[in-house]
Amino acid sequence: MHSIPSVRTYVIIWAILTIMTFVTYYVAQIELGAWNIVVALLIAFFKMMLVILFFMNVKAESPLTKLFAAGGFFWMVLLLGQFFIDYVSRTWMPEGKMW
Amino acid sequence: MAQQFDTATLGMWVFLLTEIMFFGGMFGAYTVYRGMYPGAFASTSQFMNPMFGAMNTAVLIVSSLTMALGVRAARLGLQKALQIFLILTMIFGLAFLVIKGFEYHEHWVDMKVPLIGGHWDYKEAPQFARQAQLLFCFYFFMTGFHALHMVVGLGLMTTIFVMARKGTFSAAYFTPVEISGLYWHFVDIVWIFLFPLLYLIGRTKALI
Amino acid sequence: MSTALQDPQVAETPNYLNSEYGWKSWLFTKDHKRIAVLYIISITAMFFVGGVFAGLIRLELLTPQGDMVNSDTYNKFFTMHGIVMVFFFLIPSIPATLGNFFVPMMIGAKDLAFPRINLISWYIYIIGAIFALASIVLGGVDTGWTFYTPFSSTFSNTFVITAACGVFIAGFSSILTGLNFIVTVHKMRAPGMTWGRLPLFVWANYATSLIQVLGTPVVAITLALVGLERAFHIGIFDPAIGGDPILFQHMFWFYSHPAVYIMILPGMGVISELVTCFSRKGIFGYSFIAASSLGIAIIGFLVWGHHMFVTGMSMYASLYFSLMSFLVAVPSAIKIFNWTATMFRGSISFDTPMLYAFGFIGLFTIGGLTGLFLATLATDVHVTDTYFVVAHFHYVMVGGMVLAYMGGLHFWWPKISGRMYPEGWARFSALLVFAGFNLTFFPQFITGYLGQPRRYHAYAPEFQVLNVMSTAGASILGLGYLIPLIYFLWSMKYGPRASSNPWGAKGLEWETSSPPPTYNFEQTPIVTEEAYAYSHEKEAEVG
Repeated sequence: MHSIPSVRTYVIIWAILTIMTFVTYYVAQIELGAWNIVVALLIAFFKMMLVILFFMNVKAESPLTKLFAAGGFFWMVLLLGQFFIDYVSRTWMPEGKMW
Repeated sequence: MAQQFDTATLGMWVFLLTEIMFFGGMFGAYTVYRGMYPGAFASTSQFMNPMFGAMNTAVLIVSSLTMALGVRAARLGLQKALQIFLILTMIFGLAFLVIKGFEYHEHWVDMKVPLIGGHWDYKEAPQFARQAQLLFCFYFFMTGFHALHMVVGLGLMTTIFVMARKGTFSAAYFTPVEISGLYWHFVDIVWIFLFPLLYLIGRTKALI
Repeated sequence: MSTALQDPQVAETPNYLNSEYGWKSWLFTKDHKRIAVLYIISITAMFFVGGVFAGLIRLELLTPQGDMVNSDTYNKFFTMHGIVMVFFFLIPSIPATLGNFFVPMMIGAKDLAFPRINLISWYIYIIGAIFALASIVLGGVDTGWTFYTPFSSTFSNTFVITAACGVFIAGFSSILTGLNFIVTVHKMRAPGMTWGRLPLFVWANYATSLIQVLGTPVVAITLALVGLERAFHIGIFDPAIGGDPILFQHMFWFYSHPAVYIMILPGMGVISELVTCFSRKGIFGYSFIAASSLGIAIIGFLVWGHHMFVTGMSMYASLYFSLMSFLVAVPSAIKIFNWTATMFRGSISFDTPMLYAFGFIGLFTIGGLTGLFLATLATDVHVTDTYFVVAHFHYVMVGGMVLAYMGGLHFWWPKISGRMYPEGWARFSALLVFAGFNLTFFPQFITGYLGQPRRYHAYAPEFQVLNVMSTAGASILGLGYLIPLIYFLWSMKYGPRASSNPWGAKGLEWETSSPPPTYNFEQTPIVTEEAYAYSHEKEAEVG
């Protein structure tokens, strides 16, 4: 049905994922201010993409599957984004403005 | 058969979409509260154990590897390899739950379980007690729902394993293995996001 | 064009109804048509349960004083009316009944993609309904169908968890139906059935299914959190420990607004089918109508804050949601214009389904336009939580959706049951429904605008005349629903047998016998013409 990735490919992806786990763990110990969260989420996003494209084999799947996979993630972003339109623009938060 | 495979995988992806939104709702609520109470949030990070979290992440990533190798074995009709990889995946999945159990036990001992009759005492930073209770609730709900999905995943793996032992799968038919694999990887992805959100951010003095 | 071909001599061919007998053949069926019939029965039952509560509400509101029941009991009336009608009637209705029956047939398939999941979705619906009915029998819930916190999570003394369980479980039924439809439409179309040739009813159900799949999980987690809060006495949405009740509303309405599009989109799909058939004309602007269904589905997720303008949400968020709410009206308006253009210079007949379609177009327009009053921040502050809102949503839901459902039921009844209903009684009931509906709900626009608040069991005496009119209308409306129940049941035994295409309609479902055989088509159909290819037949009179 689709091309079957080799064992080598899978092991390499696994190695990258494990290395990125170490990286995110140690970077979290370093004080980067607001960048801590950005870096952590970027690394998590990158790891997610590896799992989706390779372990879940979406790289070899039809455009339709890719659309649904991307769409789901996008919809969650829509939810969070619209929540934040409210919360970020409030000026009366308990510990001051959120932003 | 190819159409049935495509149909089943599309069906599983649509189902995963619903799971994304299910966890997404919780992520949304948690993120809102975290943004609202940065002080309380910072105070909670001392009670999280990132070493456990990192171990769990590593364990799940390995389980995804063995799962992917298992699906590959199914596609190639390698019966023994499939069974071995399924067993390995289940072992790693169980390891995850065991580590989680240790973690929850630690929270119990620390009096950080804010459920009815639970152990809750925020004496370390009493000014944040109320909001910290909120944040800990979300911690337990998010990891709890995730663990529930892991248990379901283990159930799926067991079913697939039994079917594999009976010789149900071949290079021509391995759809249940494929879609169970998709589910398993999804549960891994949820944890990939839970780990930094719950354990890592706020380790330093940064309040965000 | 006349009505059904009546041929009593038509012998009963093997079909999905007579292929097997016995309760097991129904309760363990995998046939989408039988599952649709199971849903029709259960949904009708829940409709009448919800209707009883509506009757109780209107009875109390005959007099300005709260003299029939006390306020707590009244709260339970409107809560149960809302929960049952929204989650157990409106949301499943057309997709689970007409959709289940006709989406596979319209695309030329033998069944849905996952027949067993289809059956499971019905069982899940029944379990959810049992929980909801249990919450009624145990004494009811009084939080409003919207379960606002912290009342629902902390203070209410009623069976909130039971009701929330029912809704949670029914949500999974909805998700599974949507999942099934999405995969079916993608993967099981007959040769030649391209996306551009799909009947608009299929497009509508597809768009609905997207909403079901993307939105329902969020209300599931929201209600789960409320349940956990109640059970474990922790405060997620409780301001006393820093929880935000507005967050509950955000999470709840993230689903519940798109939910109203789950309710209306399939109805709009039905109207497309009715207007084309009974104008003997192809649809005007096919691609616009198809695109507008998707547009409504997508934009529908961007507007929920309009339920929260007065709650304490930030003003900037209110501005955003108000703007988006105006935008979402556009695709709906496109449909209304296109249906009207379809009828222009068509050869119109006034059979019962078309009467309901006419009713829909008029009443949905009124309901939709009043929605714009509510989307406007300034006017919303005045009319929110008044009967204006109640009238608005009943115009779109009852004047729109229920009329579409009735129209669709009448249109497809010969196909589903193999019998014709009595046309005279049907037209009479349609007129009763139209008259009763308007008498019930138009006065509510007036009283709401003048200030009568919703969810109160008492009101200022100057509103009494209009409220009495409203209750009178409700009685007529109830009769208008009861009569079809009777004649549909009657027709199953005594109605004249229907031919395979009594309306002379276009569509693959009409190329099978009435009722259809279990596997729908002898051979997989090959589609060569566009949808609604009526214009060729305009000169050649059919039927």
